[in-house]
Amino acid sequence: MGDFRYNSDFKSRALMFAILLAASVIIVIPYVWMLSNSFKTTMETLTDPMHLIPQEFTLDGYIKVLTGSPFFRWLGNSIFITCTNTIVILFTSTLVGYVFARFRFRGKDFLFAMLMFTMMVPAQVTMITTFIIIDDIGLYDSVWALIIPSFFNVFGIYLCKQYCEEIPRELIESARIDGAGDFYIYWKIVIPQIKPAIGALAIFTFMEYWNDYLNPLIYLSSTDKMTLPLALSYFSTQHSTDLSATMAASALIMIPAAIVFIIFQKQFIKGLSMTGMK
Amino acid sequence: MAEVILKNVRKVYPHADRDEKKKKAKKQEGEEKKSNLQITEEGVVAVQDFNLHIADREFVVLVGPSGCGKSTTLRMIAGLEEITDGDLYIDGERMNKVASKNRDIAMVFQNYALYPHMTVYENMAFSLKLRKMNKEEIDRHVREAAKTLDIENLLDRRPKALSGGQRQRVAIGRAFVRDPKVFLMDEPLSNLDAKLRNQMRAEIIKLRQKIDTTFIYVTHDQIEAMTLGDRIVVMRDGYIQQIGTPQEVFNHPANLFVAGFIGVPQMNFFRDCRLTRGDDGFSVEVLGRTFPLTEEQNRILDDKQITDRDVIVGVRPANIHVGSESASGGRIGEIEAQVDVAEMMGSEMHLHMRAGGNDIIAVVQTSEVEYDDVSIGARLNIGFRPRRIHLFDSETEESLLSVSE
Repeated sequence: MGDFRYNSDFKSRALMFAILLAASVIIVIPYVWMLSNSFKTTMETLTDPMHLIPQEFTLDGYIKVLTGSPFFRWLGNSIFITCTNTIVILFTSTLVGYVFARFRFRGKDFLFAMLMFTMMVPAQVTMITTFIIIDDIGLYDSVWALIIPSFFNVFGIYLCKQYCEEIPRELIESARIDGAGDFYIYWKIVIPQIKPAIGALAIFTFMEYWNDYLNPLIYLSSTDKMTLPLALSYFSTQHSTDLSATMAASALIMIPAAIVFIIFQKQFIKGLSMTGMK
Repeated sequence: MAEVILKNVRKVYPHADRDEKKKKAKKQEGEEKKSNLQITEEGVVAVQDFNLHIADREFVVLVGPSGCGKSTTLRMIAGLEEITDGDLYIDGERMNKVASKNRDIAMVFQNYALYPHMTVYENMAFSLKLRKMNKEEIDRHVREAAKTLDIENLLDRRPKALSGGQRQRVAIGRAFVRDPKVFLMDEPLSNLDAKLRNQMRAEIIKLRQKIDTTFIYVTHDQIEAMTLGDRIVVMRDGYIQQIGTPQEVFNHPANLFVAGFIGVPQMNFFRDCRLTRGDDGFSVEVLGRTFPLTEEQNRILDDKQITDRDVIVGVRPANIHVGSESASGGRIGEIEAQVDVAEMMGSEMHLHMRAGGNDIIAVVQTSEVEYDDVSIGARLNIGFRPRRIHLFDSETEESLLSVSE
């Protein structure tokens, strides 16, 4: 009996392991391929792009990216846009989320429903109108075009509202009796309670703006205002793509995102599992 | 000095919207009613006609079953709920529209409400910091309070690392460190186990001697109310039922509800008894036996111009005498009863009996009865002294013998 149980346990574990292994390989291969091609010569990427181990190991691609293009300028733009957006969104989402969760005021349900409603509309639907507005107020080809429209993030507000609702009412009342004002309570009591949500939201937002390709493509035109994802198109011409340089740029772009993820990994997973969201 | 006065205080929770009100009304008609709170056009009336004058340094306990409005009242005093009507004065100042933080009160919550991300020290220093007290002074206050409550060794810990009893102490410490005018406590012992609760109850009594201030304490536990309060306010369905010292409330309950609520085991009630006035005064008939009332009782009934009527007779379990031998002279009218269950509690014993269709509980001293005499099914003679009985009007359920009003 015991043997049988051991056996079936072992078999199911082995099966599970095999499935997970196969899935991991499928996920990892594109990254390996990217790295491998970034170390190949341009010629090799053209003749033998599928080979995983470079025949001739070279840093030409990286050198081309770092010296042949305003890479650091783009890096700066990307960092500025992503960080500003992340900080602003964290602030507005937690504040608005807290207000929706813990304050009673006239029209609250209606306002919240309207907010939720905007989440149902795909960004592509409002793209043209947003562009016209941005152009009208003279922000076309300015990094602010990528910052100002994203001050309020409905998903972030929703996430923070859900978290704030979990905070015991007595905690806030206690702080109020202790003499704290509304903003002080928000800053000193509410924020520390919803750290997991903030961590998850920080990663989501960071990734969203760091990897954003569409919006920079729409709003930015001058080379020196471009963000890193646009760099990928910089090395492509109409007829050919410098695969080595493009892959090198991709690898470089990934580094900051990976660092952010490693730092916030714990909060990220906690935040995801607690909200039941994928 | 911190006197708290509540005048005609009323609290109405408005209906969220009209549809919900209708739904609620329907529900109330259809289903069994959970509480008898009054529902008006405005909303659900949680507290009404609340008049109470709490003297400086008095310890007042609000007690009642859940949903009676005791917590709502406390929250109104704390400024956490708006007062719909009436006035609240603390130290002679009208506080209705004053923010919580400016009322100079402190509150201990049932779930402690300690800030989880702060250490015990930071928890206690929080309110002092907000008052812009300087660091040395904060430190002195916190350490003093911690010493009083015997939590000095916990100052660096976070609430998560504390036991229930320790959290309770910290919660009290956090309130007490500010030296508030009024100390509010909302069921502070309800989350503790029985043993700790008894211990903390004693600590609160001690603490009270150390901090000379006004206490308002909410509980559903009548033992806490009896042991802690200088005065008890018994509430039910948003109304005050009786205000009095523990002795007054216990010995002279104003109505049937208070009589049943205060005292363990519960007071025995004999329904459908007849109060009649004969030539030599009032007498009451209980289970076929006639009990003449005492002179004093007669005087009270005469003063109130009470006429013959149906009454409910109440007798505390401790006032029921059991057995035939202990023929004390004061006992009149013995009733035969049969033992259902005998609960041995140690020095005393609770006898659950049946007599003439009534369930009766008597508390007897273990030393005074023979075990075999009270075994299940045993027949006993029980009796009680007329001067120990309570009379309630069958219809109004008000006490006929209480003199306070």
